[in-house]
Amino acid sequence: METFNSVIRQVPLEHYLILSFFLFSIGLAGVLFRRNTIIILMCLELMFNSVNLLLTAFSAHHNDPGGQVFVFFIMLVAAAEVTVGLAILVMMKRNVDSVDINQLNRLKW
Amino acid sequence: MIMLVPLLPLLGAIIIATFRRSLKGNSAGMLGTLTIGSAFALSVMLFLGHDPATGPQIAHLFDWIHIGGMNIPFAFQVDALSLTMMLIVTGVGTLIHLYSIGYMHDDARVSTFFALLNLFTFAMLVLVMGANYVMTFIGWEGVGLCSYLLIGFWYTTPAYNYAARKAFVMNRIGDQGFVLGLAWLFSLTGTLNFNEVFDKASSLDTATLTGITLLLFVGAIGKSAQLPLFTWLPDAMAGPTPVSALIHAATMVTAGIYLIVRSSVLFELAPFTQDVILYTGLITALVAATIGVFQNDIKKVLAYSTVSQLGYMFVALGLGAYSAGLFHVTTHAFFKALLFLGAGSVIHALGGEQDIRKMGGLKGSIKVTYVTFLLGTLAISGLFPFSGFFSKDAILAHAFDRSPVLYALLLGGALITTFYMFRLLFLTFFGSYRGDKHPHESPAVMTVPLMVLAVLSVVGGLLNLPHVFGGHEPMKHYLESAAEGVSSEYLHLSATTEWTLMGLSTVLVLLVIFIAYGRFAKKATLDPEADQLSFFPRLFARKWYIDELYEMLFEKPYGWFSSKFSSIGEDRVMVPLMNGAGRVTQKAGQVLRLVQTGNMSFYLFAMVAGIIVFLIMTLYGV
Repeated sequence: METFNSVIRQVPLEHYLILSFFLFSIGLAGVLFRRNTIIILMCLELMFNSVNLLLTAFSAHHNDPGGQVFVFFIMLVAAAEVTVGLAILVMMKRNVDSVDINQLNRLKW
Repeated sequence: MIMLVPLLPLLGAIIIATFRRSLKGNSAGMLGTLTIGSAFALSVMLFLGHDPATGPQIAHLFDWIHIGGMNIPFAFQVDALSLTMMLIVTGVGTLIHLYSIGYMHDDARVSTFFALLNLFTFAMLVLVMGANYVMTFIGWEGVGLCSYLLIGFWYTTPAYNYAARKAFVMNRIGDQGFVLGLAWLFSLTGTLNFNEVFDKASSLDTATLTGITLLLFVGAIGKSAQLPLFTWLPDAMAGPTPVSALIHAATMVTAGIYLIVRSSVLFELAPFTQDVILYTGLITALVAATIGVFQNDIKKVLAYSTVSQLGYMFVALGLGAYSAGLFHVTTHAFFKALLFLGAGSVIHALGGEQDIRKMGGLKGSIKVTYVTFLLGTLAISGLFPFSGFFSKDAILAHAFDRSPVLYALLLGGALITTFYMFRLLFLTFFGSYRGDKHPHESPAVMTVPLMVLAVLSVVGGLLNLPHVFGGHEPMKHYLESAAEGVSSEYLHLSATTEWTLMGLSTVLVLLVIFIAYGRFAKKATLDPEADQLSFFPRLFARKWYIDELYEMLFEKPYGWFSSKFSSIGEDRVMVPLMNGAGRVTQKAGQVLRLVQTGNMSFYLFAMVAGIIVFLIMTLYGV
């Protein structure tokens, strides 16, 4: 464990921050501007993992293993969430015969 | 054993109420009578075992309210005063229960009736046995509730319900005074236990005590039907006759007297309140007596006589003659119960007829009722040697001691009482029958209580035989230990004066009986309807227009305010306010729902934008 931490710490924290920021921004942009629902789901994962990365980095730099344990939980929940998301996607494909997000325009009162 | 006395009637009430559907025939009545009878037997045993010199026996059941420095135990107190009241309540109550078996035997809800009757007695016992003011208050409210339920017992008649409600509301007005008085007392002494309060009473200043005692007296006014709150009692006639007997004789109305005698320590220290009591009693005695002369309902006449007699008791209390007042309570319990039960027997005989104008000549057909009723009438008229003579004479003598004018007024009231009671007697039992029913004597279960009460009414005077008759006023000496005020009541009259006063009242009473005989027994002068009377008789027959006055003073303005609050407060303020709130919500919803376009991308965008806004807010600590 300590070796992992020392390896991680060899890279300065700022680099992780910048990397995470870019990953998150890419993910966010994808979620906002792409129309393919599959891509949107992938971008969501990207955002997730950017945060996970950051969490791990902070954990290592603070010498607190709690953050890394937390990441495992997040991954677990994310996996569950993806199954739900994909199930919705399948239903969407069956119902409107498309995975274009703009086809889901009846989600209103 | 002490706690069994109130517990037995309560148990009876619960059992009868629980099994009221399966109790057939007389069993409910038997059970009810049995519990009260046992309570009476226990009271007698307590009475025999109690030595007045040792002071009160207190049965502490448990600590009821224990908050901070306040400690109000659930405790009963047995001393000379509460024993006297217990004996009256349970003794007369037993006879009334017994009588009710006969009177109510064909009523469909007879079991309910007996359950309530038992509960009523229980409440009254709690009232007189409580060892602190809070216990008294429980009983106080209990009798109020039970009287409401019993007056409105035949609830299918709307007028009876109104009478019940009136009784309840009138009592409630008095209760407010009682509660306020207790709160004040508590705030100053920090306790409501009788003995502790009385110990601390002398440390309070006179003005405060006057205020407290006046408030307590307001409570007594409500419960004991004095001016200006007496109007409920005559209307309480709506209930079955045994209920009237119970209310008028054994329970309820004597509560006010009891409260004042119990608190005599406080009242003795507040001379102004005593004067107020004196004059309230005097005015009530006279006003009620004048009304009684022109009533045509057999029970209404008795009701006004009760109000009037209660006035006498309050006069006695106002004069500081506590034992005389309590003596009158006792004898009054005997003869008023007798008169009411007798009236019930008459009503029973005539199949529900209550108008004395449709009676007459009944002495031949219902002999037992007649004889007992006659004895009761003689007793209430205060003719020697009946019980009423001694008790009323004691009050009159004390009044004479204070001022001859007071004596003259009270004697006048007593003579009016004699007049209307004999009017009632003669119109009911003498002359020829004016109705169309076939009178029949009541069964033994009803006449036996009458006979017992008649005997008590005749010999009740022995309980407190005054010195001039060679007696030693045993009741007064007995009560000295319980009510402090009793020991300070002295009569400064010489034996000659007393004899003169007694002789005077006896002669006048006989004269009035003679006048009444000539007017009502021989030719039965019937009063026309109230509208056709001249001014004063109409004023009396209309009860001095007090009900109308209250209607004008309270009901009308109350109704006016209510309608104004309804038309302005409700229609113009509250309704627009409520509707406005609803309308704003609706409009806002109509506008805001347009935000939901249904477009998924827009939702996502809105979500991210929202998060960013929150992040910025957090960042800048807004």
